[in-house]
Amino acid sequence: MTSTPAAMAALSMASKAVIGGLRGNVSSSMMTTLRRGISSLRVLPPPCGQPQGALASAPAAVSSANNVFPNQPLFGVSFGGRRTYAEEAAHPLAERKVKNFTLNFGPQHPAAHGVLRLVLEMNGEVVERSDPHIGLLHRGTEKLCEYKTYMQALPYFDRLDYVSMMVQEQGYSLACEKLLGIEVPLRAQYIRVLFAEITRCLNHLLALTTHALDVGALTPMLWAFEEREKMMEFYERVSGARMHAAYVRPGGVAQDLPLGLCEDIYLFAQQFASRIDELEEMLNGNRIWKQRLVQIGEVSARDAMAYGFSGAMLRGSGVSWDIRKVKPYDVYDRMEFDVPVGTNGDCYDRYLIRMEEMRQSIRIIMQCLNQMPEGMIKTDDRKVTPPSRAQMKHSMESLIHHFKLYTEGFNVPPGETYTSVEAPKGEFGVYLVSDGTNRPYRCRIRAPGFVHLGALDFMAKKHMLADVVTIIGTQDIVFGEVDR
Amino acid sequence: MLSALRCSSPICRGIVARTLTSLASSVALEGAASSLTSPAAFQVPAKVSFSSPVRGFASSADAPKGEEEPPPPPPPALSDPFVRSVVASVPKWVEGVCLTSDVPIIYVKREHIVDMATYLRDSTGAQFRVLSDLCGVDYPSREQRFEVVYNLMSVHYNTRLRLKVRCAEGESVPSLHEVHPSANWFEREAWDMFGIMFENHPDLRRILTDYGFEGHPLRKDFPLTGYVECRYDDTEKRVVQEPVELAQEFRFFDFSNPWETLKNEGKEVPLPTTK
Repeated sequence: MTSTPAAMAALSMASKAVIGGLRGNVSSSMMTTLRRGISSLRVLPPPCGQPQGALASAPAAVSSANNVFPNQPLFGVSFGGRRTYAEEAAHPLAERKVKNFTLNFGPQHPAAHGVLRLVLEMNGEVVERSDPHIGLLHRGTEKLCEYKTYMQALPYFDRLDYVSMMVQEQGYSLACEKLLGIEVPLRAQYIRVLFAEITRCLNHLLALTTHALDVGALTPMLWAFEEREKMMEFYERVSGARMHAAYVRPGGVAQDLPLGLCEDIYLFAQQFASRIDELEEMLNGNRIWKQRLVQIGEVSARDAMAYGFSGAMLRGSGVSWDIRKVKPYDVYDRMEFDVPVGTNGDCYDRYLIRMEEMRQSIRIIMQCLNQMPEGMIKTDDRKVTPPSRAQMKHSMESLIHHFKLYTEGFNVPPGETYTSVEAPKGEFGVYLVSDGTNRPYRCRIRAPGFVHLGALDFMAKKHMLADVVTIIGTQDIVFGEVDR
Repeated sequence: MLSALRCSSPICRGIVARTLTSLASSVALEGAASSLTSPAAFQVPAKVSFSSPVRGFASSADAPKGEEEPPPPPPPALSDPFVRSVVASVPKWVEGVCLTSDVPIIYVKREHIVDMATYLRDSTGAQFRVLSDLCGVDYPSREQRFEVVYNLMSVHYNTRLRLKVRCAEGESVPSLHEVHPSANWFEREAWDMFGIMFENHPDLRRILTDYGFEGHPLRKDFPLTGYVECRYDDTEKRVVQEPVELAQEFRFFDFSNPWETLKNEGKEVPLPTTK
């Protein structure tokens, strides 16, 4: 490898500095290793899956070969930590323990996906222990839900995981409906599934491309956000809001689809597959991407279940588990789709799974559009769902119902349910306890990100610092749901 | 491109096919074969009492006033064969059973929750390997005011089960983190939100609330507004905490309806009595 003059100059400067530091006792062989070390710098970072020998054995203890008082116990061995001046003077060469370096990662770190404070105990560049401090975005959603009527509590669910809004609304609505014992009209169920899959694409595009951004690829994000913008436009057309839709409600959905929306979703879904192709062309075989993801954060199937993983995190480890398949809700039992399952349980498998899930989502979207029936979009039970505004203007009874529903809300029979849906991030569960009044007695939200982040210490142990970023990315953490 | 993947919807369907029935039968065969063969074992469920919250929606429009109400349904027999086999095999760990909810609920004695979770995880016929959720619920009117709710999931049999443990304020519940590592953070959260102590927990710190927070916010006697609010004090150059000041009185309208829209409205769900 030829070196430029500037590099050579820098090299000689560096060797001088080292020689000065070691008081001129440097052999010529050391010089050559030094030069080789610098001149053969690789363009790419070395594969950093498993800690390499030199880094794994970073200075843990200074050798005690030169102990001048061999019969006396060494201070450093028994106590560790900083020694007093007197101790230092008495035993200048005694063994001393070097404490692990504690690194604060976040709370304002661009790769932390929000406000995550990680306290990392480092041994050199290897993470020995990680302690996520969460709750910086805690808003007390569960407490707030207890003070709201069932309908007023719904918009809080948009704000949990703020990139997969409608799936969470669906989870909450299904829980309410289970307690109420009501059926949702077929058209509403199709609309829910249609938008749940759009939401899945929204989430996966964000998750994958911000993951790529953290790892060093900027372009996928620029491409994906254009697609996300189109899908959020569908959100806006159907509900009036780009993100916090409050569209899926107990008993159905808020309004019917506007004219022409289905055609536009169809046109979008047709071209979206080739956008996924482009992303995959860029990332799948990319050397840097694979070096950063393959064999990083490997989780066995047994561990994945023990740590309560769900969604792509569980499927990546080879467990074929998708709530849409094993316990279908709404019209998922009528949909034909496949569940991708990984084999190695590493970050790269999870990436591939998310990519494939988007393709399957397109399949589901197409089926929903083709099979979408005519009919009502919310249940006919006026004790639960409000009448339309047009009806309200004409019928006294509708006006009364409207008033009662928007002040008092509906009462839910006493009981409890744990209802879970397959959110893009994993199992999103709502444990709803009703005491028969119009407010939830307890509304527990089981967020997939919370469980996954709880296993960060397990996943990141003995990995490099840079891999922690990869693992946070693959866990698809969003702090709205982790902190609730 | 999909070399690392295999699309396996047939596998999923296979899981669906093995439902609770097979689960129950296999437990009966393996887990509790000895106890079920003796006739005395079937008397065990009789010790266990059942709650029967009335479910189903009945609005006032559905039930005309003059008509006589149908007699209340008899308390459900312990019909679920799987739960029956669990009760039969470990009767001393079980406090009560409720089968009227969406999944079977087993009330477990507090000191035996670790045994029960281990048993349910490891017995071949149950394999509840995933603790999908753990949370607390506060019932201040009860003698034992807290309920710890464990939602277990068996991937192998595609089944869910709910365990409940009751504990009073100041009592502690054994930690499940050795059986299910995912319980670690769930229990920290339950401690943070309700003040439920967990024995043998490795690291029972607060998790969601602020550093130095006082109180347990999801208890029913904790006000929604909290007690303190914090702001950045520009003169002191730090964040200060002050007693909360409400510009407007806390509004909590009671819209309770004078008309009964539900049967048993406002009545608390009866509990299984403790033996």
